[in-house]
Amino acid sequence: MATLTIGKRRKRSTRRTSSKRSRAAHATPKRRAGLAARLRRYRRPSGRKLSRTQQTAFIAYVTAGDPNLRFTEQLVLRLAEAGADVIELGVPFSDPIADGPVIQRASERALQAGTTLAGVLKLAARIRRKSDVGLVLFSYYNPVLQMGVERFAQRAAAAGVDGVLITDLTPEEAGGYVAVLRRRKLDTVFLAAPTSTNERLRQIARLSRGFVYLIARRGVTGARQDVPDDVRAVVRRLRRYTTLPVAVGFGIAHRDQVAALSRIVEGVVVGSALVECCQRHGHGPEALDAAAALVRELKGAGP
Amino acid sequence: MARGATVSLPDARGHFGAFGGRFVPETLMAPLEELERAYRRARRDRQFVRRLNALLTDFAGRPTPLYLAGRLTRHLGGARIYLKREDLLHTGAHKINNCLGQGLLAARMGKPRVIAETGAGQHGVATATVAAHLELKCTVYMGEEDMARQRLNVVRMKMLGAEVVGVSSGSRTLKDAINEAMRDWVTNVETTYYLLGSVCGAHPYPVMVRDFQTVIGRETREQILRAEKRLPDALVACVGGGSNSIGLFHPFLREPAVKMVGVEAGGRGAALGDHAARLAQSRRNGSRPGVLHGTFTYVLQDKHGQIAATHSVSAGLDYPGVGPEHAYLRDTKRVQYTSVTDEEALEAARVLSQQEGIIPALEAAHAVAEVIKRAPKMKPDQVVVVNISGRGDKDMDILARHLS
Repeated sequence: MATLTIGKRRKRSTRRTSSKRSRAAHATPKRRAGLAARLRRYRRPSGRKLSRTQQTAFIAYVTAGDPNLRFTEQLVLRLAEAGADVIELGVPFSDPIADGPVIQRASERALQAGTTLAGVLKLAARIRRKSDVGLVLFSYYNPVLQMGVERFAQRAAAAGVDGVLITDLTPEEAGGYVAVLRRRKLDTVFLAAPTSTNERLRQIARLSRGFVYLIARRGVTGARQDVPDDVRAVVRRLRRYTTLPVAVGFGIAHRDQVAALSRIVEGVVVGSALVECCQRHGHGPEALDAAAALVRELKGAGP
Repeated sequence: MARGATVSLPDARGHFGAFGGRFVPETLMAPLEELERAYRRARRDRQFVRRLNALLTDFAGRPTPLYLAGRLTRHLGGARIYLKREDLLHTGAHKINNCLGQGLLAARMGKPRVIAETGAGQHGVATATVAAHLELKCTVYMGEEDMARQRLNVVRMKMLGAEVVGVSSGSRTLKDAINEAMRDWVTNVETTYYLLGSVCGAHPYPVMVRDFQTVIGRETREQILRAEKRLPDALVACVGGGSNSIGLFHPFLREPAVKMVGVEAGGRGAALGDHAARLAQSRRNGSRPGVLHGTFTYVLQDKHGQIAATHSVSAGLDYPGVGPEHAYLRDTKRVQYTSVTDEEALEAARVLSQQEGIIPALEAAHAVAEVIKRAPKMKPDQVVVVNISGRGDKDMDILARHLS
């Protein structure tokens, strides 16, 4: 990796010039930009956008281990190079109830390749040694529970992970989990949904760190064409309770969706479209090129 | 319906001790809260309770008999064996008790469409039946492996006007059907009611389904007091998700003299993947507390937290999780859990058929197999009640292979 970063990020990366120092930085993760700062970087202090392009942070979801961890490592580094600000590393799970067919199949491939949560944490550490891209682990609760929340948090922090999102963990059941992750200085990202009541949004905002992940629609993950009308209203409600940046995901796959969302939120998450792109191109060098091109296109920088 | 169902658990957030709760994506939290509110209002509403009771009597055929199985008792030479005949209900299993309750609730909530998962097909058939009766649209998710082994029930559902969607992901059984049903629900929450068939899933399902099924235990209590002038010494029922067993057990939980035995599917062996015994066996068989389908309970899984495949000759018991209240009753040792193998269950089905002229569903045959082991060791003045949760018509293909 010759250049890891573009735009404003270069300023930060100049602090670390050699790979040796980057390893030292890995031991003290505080020196990396936090997730909130990464999502806010496209806003001026006044709140106005920097430019028409690159006006929103790009969060790329990949299913770790699809079809193997080596490919995922290469993919993540390429996506970061292409402009992804944050990578969500999806931990494959046997029963992904929140996911549509694309990520279900990716999870099946990853599990067939023997991917485990422990393996994904090691992958995160390898990525961190080579890149300062924001890293969020995206998992269902059971693999984390079986490792033990304490041990998981310790390993994730040591690997240089910035934050964690648990799909099927809501504020009601998250008390102990949040305390443990806080101690390890890991951001706890929670989901908000169009169906969330104001009281729920308040709870979600209270426990979230880094950013709030807003589910764009009722339904499972998977590429779609539109941006549902009620997103704007939920964002407005959510902002009443938090100053954290907001990222929107579920069904985001096209440039005009990104453009529309960039006017109202700090980040967009693209998952199924990337996973599907890699699968269509056979998970080889071509797939890496195609996925990187997709990130550039969606981010607005042009291919 | 509230009568007899008011033991202090679960707490306000659906916890039975350490178990239960709500572990779902945020999108489902508001619908679950809406459901909980609607259910609480409905159970206090006299008109709702009256309508449900009328349907249970006139449409489903309650009360079901508690029948003293004289020949089986003599054959085994021990305790007096009573059969709770849930197999005589309309649609052939206890599932209709819950479906009538939730179907009325769906209609009351103004949802025009119900969806359900099904393993053996009994819950799917009961849901399709109630949907037809209440003029609701109905979609049933069923694993493709289960569709193959319970063909007859697939036809019944279609005959009743339901759409049956085959699920080809994962192990292609009940677990995967629940995944698909949850995905459907999260997509169509405004118009759709998820009619979950067992005491599993996120709060309020475990408590709501239990309440609708306790009619089994309440009737049994009255009937056994009339017949024997005393409470039974033991209750035996099979445990898949755990709704027929909790329905029988719950009204007796405060009676320390009544022993309770939950019977799980021992399948073809003790190795992970060969059985569905989540509560009965030691932790070495791969069962540990974890989160599956929205609840914290005992789950069959590998050491990395991936949900394991299960096996049972009986599709209705072939599930890696179990209702959270059962997990609680196991840890508090109030209920004893055990398992019987495929072979023992098949043999028990033959024994009951030939001793009593009653062909049980293979699920219920697991409970009968446990009674065959247990009754001879009990005294002739002792009384055991076994829940015949369903009839065996749906299992004829499998039973035919066993006979030959």
